[in-house]
Amino acid sequence: MMNQKTTEQTLLSIKNLSTYFHTPEGVIRAVEGVNFDILKGACLGVLGESGCGKSVTALSIMQLIPSPPGEISSGSIQFAGKDLLRFSSRQMRSIRGKEISMIFQEPMTSLNPVYTVGNQIGETYRIHEGLDARQAKEKSIEMLSLVGIPSPQKRVDEYPHQLSGGMRQRVMIAMAIGCQPKLLIADEPTTALDVTIQAQILDLMAGLQEEMGMSIMMITHDLGVIAEISDKVVVMYAGQVVEQSSIDELFKHPLHPYSRGLLNSIPKLGDKFVRGKQPLREISGQVPDLINLPSGCLFASRCPKVEKKCLENVPQLIEIAPGHDVRCWLAG
Amino acid sequence: MIKPALSQSFSISSHPSSTIRTLKRLWHLRLGILGSLLILCLVTTALFTPWLAPNDPYTQDITQRLLPPFWMEGSSSDHFLGTDHLGRDLLSRIMYGTRISLVIGLSAVVLQLILGVGLGVLAGYYRGRVDSAISFIVNAMMSFPFILLALTLVSVLGASLQNIIIALGLTGWPVYTRVTRIETIKLNEQEFILAAHSLAYSSWRIITRHVLPNMLPTLLVLSTVEVARSIIRESLLSFLGLGIQPPTPSWGVMLAEGRDYMLMHWWLAAFPGLAIFMAALGINLLGDALRDYTDPHLRKY
Repeated sequence: MMNQKTTEQTLLSIKNLSTYFHTPEGVIRAVEGVNFDILKGACLGVLGESGCGKSVTALSIMQLIPSPPGEISSGSIQFAGKDLLRFSSRQMRSIRGKEISMIFQEPMTSLNPVYTVGNQIGETYRIHEGLDARQAKEKSIEMLSLVGIPSPQKRVDEYPHQLSGGMRQRVMIAMAIGCQPKLLIADEPTTALDVTIQAQILDLMAGLQEEMGMSIMMITHDLGVIAEISDKVVVMYAGQVVEQSSIDELFKHPLHPYSRGLLNSIPKLGDKFVRGKQPLREISGQVPDLINLPSGCLFASRCPKVEKKCLENVPQLIEIAPGHDVRCWLAG
Repeated sequence: MIKPALSQSFSISSHPSSTIRTLKRLWHLRLGILGSLLILCLVTTALFTPWLAPNDPYTQDITQRLLPPFWMEGSSSDHFLGTDHLGRDLLSRIMYGTRISLVIGLSAVVLQLILGVGLGVLAGYYRGRVDSAISFIVNAMMSFPFILLALTLVSVLGASLQNIIIALGLTGWPVYTRVTRIETIKLNEQEFILAAHSLAYSSWRIITRHVLPNMLPTLLVLSTVEVARSIIRESLLSFLGLGIQPPTPSWGVMLAEGRDYMLMHWWLAAFPGLAIFMAALGINLLGDALRDYTDPHLRKY
């Protein structure tokens, strides 16, 4: 009974997803056996450093992995009860933009420089909803004011280079939510923005999420962003999920040494700088080579508490407490 | 639609008060202005030749043959640049030749653009096997001497204005393919193309609306240079007797005819040669100037 209820509320369910890139140097295991669910109307944060497979996971959901060399080699992506990996490219196109949308990191390059903002927002309406140019423009003005751009009547005829980074990101959001998608994938949407603008964009996204009842998958390496907007967090490392819990649990009781390291690396307000002492804490070492993965735990080479067991056997993602999974031999 | 973006990149920031800056800017523009003036002369001549030309280019007058240009002894006031071996007015023939050169230059480039850009975008957009096949053809074409290829084509098709355009078009496209392939690959890595895919736009739409308009400046510059090259190549083919056939006044034909009289009557070859030079120079200068203004890294003033 309980189980059935959760599946009804689940919008996206990723099971055992693996995405590999076949390069001349070998197979890069960018994403390996990833599992997570996104509930309806919820926001899932995906946390991890550069190259840990966050973006590849997102592109796998959209099936925009450049192929070749990329390939989704196994797993299933259930969206609203249907497996997207079994969809034809035509069926997939009916999902993209309408059911699942995506916004990107770099507001400087994510808009086409040769068209006006209105033209680009309107394009989705002209294609997907068959509106004519005038209706599309009206709709664009409406969307611009929805994403909080002042004097939208004027802005609609401006080119991307006339807008600031924050405004461009708002335009990008307007384009993405135009057809009222059920899921918005945001790939580091605030990374390239000032801190004050970051907060505004996150507020905007949280507001839109509530208003439209959509789910958000927020990909970031910034714990502050995750804390602000997400309900649940998935921590990824070297293509694997290493920890998964609610946002409060992660901040209060991080179980995986990597999550702990991430939390410790945030500079604390009020910490005194002492000469000779390291002012910022880091996680020393580097992500393992994704072509020649080490045996055992992938984090072992950087783990401060590494044991013999960690180097020999691969830990599994285990539920330690209700709703709190971790991939570590030493947890629990 | 694209115009404002282009005009923006053409606009050059300056303080309205400083005259020195303006003068500096004009000095920097000098070659571009020279090029534009040359092109203007060329196009005006081509358009209004029937009204501007002093004589009919085909009228022969054996009593007036091999007259020298106006400043030399024995020249006629009717024939500004003198006459050729059949007594035809040299200036009028050069002016009519402008038309042929421009028509061939422009049409050949249009043909090259269609073939070259089409294949280049396909190769860059789809990559993989399509790319390998197209790149192989391009490399093969580029390692073939142009003359051999063009001569073969013209001798198979027969020498006529239309066939010369076809021959120039079929031999000139690989440059465009190389350039557009790279540009497409570069653009494909931009996030707005990924965003277009994520909004489920069709490939046709992404290519025509998002990829092509963004390489317009590059293509504009390349095309101007190729117009000049096509004009020179037409002259070359005509000079070798496989291009425009006499008595049609093509610059290359005139050059070939003048060759026999070069020792005593140098102007018969010199003036058509000068015309080819001026046309090519003007187009190249304009192309250079366009490149400078469309590339923000090269824009200094």
